[in-house]
Amino acid sequence: MSDVLSLIIAKYNYWLYVILMMIGLYGMIAKNNLIKKVVGMNIFQTAIILFYVSIGYKTHAGIPIITSADTAHGVAVKAADYINPLTSCLMLTAIVVSVATFGYAMALAVRIYQRYKTLEEDELRMRLSEE
Amino acid sequence: MRILAFIVVCLTGAFLLYGTSEFPDWGDPNAPASLHVAGYYIEKTYEETAVIFTAGIGCFLLLRDFRGKKEHYYHHIPTGVILHIKDEKKSLTVGKEFGYMDKEWVPPDLINKNICRILIPFIQINALYVLAHGDYSPGGGFQGGVIFGSSLILLSISYDLKTLVKRVKERLLGIFAALGVLIYAGTGALCLIIGGNFLDYGKLAPLLPGHSDHIRAYGMLVVEIGVGIAVMAVMTIIYINIVSEGRHDEGL
Repeated sequence: MSDVLSLIIAKYNYWLYVILMMIGLYGMIAKNNLIKKVVGMNIFQTAIILFYVSIGYKTHAGIPIITSADTAHGVAVKAADYINPLTSCLMLTAIVVSVATFGYAMALAVRIYQRYKTLEEDELRMRLSEE
Repeated sequence: MRILAFIVVCLTGAFLLYGTSEFPDWGDPNAPASLHVAGYYIEKTYEETAVIFTAGIGCFLLLRDFRGKKEHYYHHIPTGVILHIKDEKKSLTVGKEFGYMDKEWVPPDLINKNICRILIPFIQINALYVLAHGDYSPGGGFQGGVIFGSSLILLSISYDLKTLVKRVKERLLGIFAALGVLIYAGTGALCLIIGGNFLDYGKLAPLLPGHSDHIRAYGMLVVEIGVGIAVMAVMTIIYINIVSEGRHDEGL
């Protein structure tokens, strides 16, 4: 039991992101309203972003900006002293993508509402079968 | 249906958690992400400009409605009388005497308007600062562009959408979005023509003045300015189109 507990504590960031991702996935699958589905997709994307950012973290490391004090005294820059900035940079792109997909999904939802006057999935299916 | 969805979600979560048992611990300095992958993805950021540009164009194509409204409302500013004009060919010139009006029109709030009027220039200066200092501090083109775009959105929230559309024309926003992508892709293509890789700034040395160490910073700045312009324009395009359902006349 204590083995499992220590395993969870050492990797608790993965547990957090998996739980967040499950919430988002459930929202996408089970919710009836299209806007709620889009919000579920956003939660899902946030979980992925958190996962990536947590990968770049190192214990006892500072922000990834090399201070002039280090270089002036000729001390070699150790990579272990700086957290990995790459994952955060990658997630900047992911944030842009999530903004773009969210905006586009909202535009689609507005268009669907203009035509069918509803955003509920079952009502939409009813309207579609009537036509 | 709900139970089925719950089971699927729980199964996915369980598989993912099972997979994490072989992942490195949190904060492990020797994690493979820190040792091996760096550098491979650094050239991949061009996706963000392309994606945001496509989203803006998509919103425009989906929602834009050129038909316009048939009936117009105006209010007479000195007396507060509301005019309803049913003939679509006639319209009033808006100025000191008559003002626009629509379904959601509320009398202008003095405090909101003035606070936003004072704040917006500072927000825009901050956006330019963030953009210009992106190469050696947190920030950059995307953040600067988003801050600048949000200042335009604030203008349309505190006044009304017509004020924004009158000052920043739709055509101008479209040109800016395309221009930003052009600056970005053009810089990359210029490096290709000179003989380097895509966005290989070091190859720009013959074209730009200054010490060769600074050429990379200049190249980055040019690219960031392109990204910033594109993001600013696209944010505003998405906002205007969604809020007014594509008609660009009334909204929040």
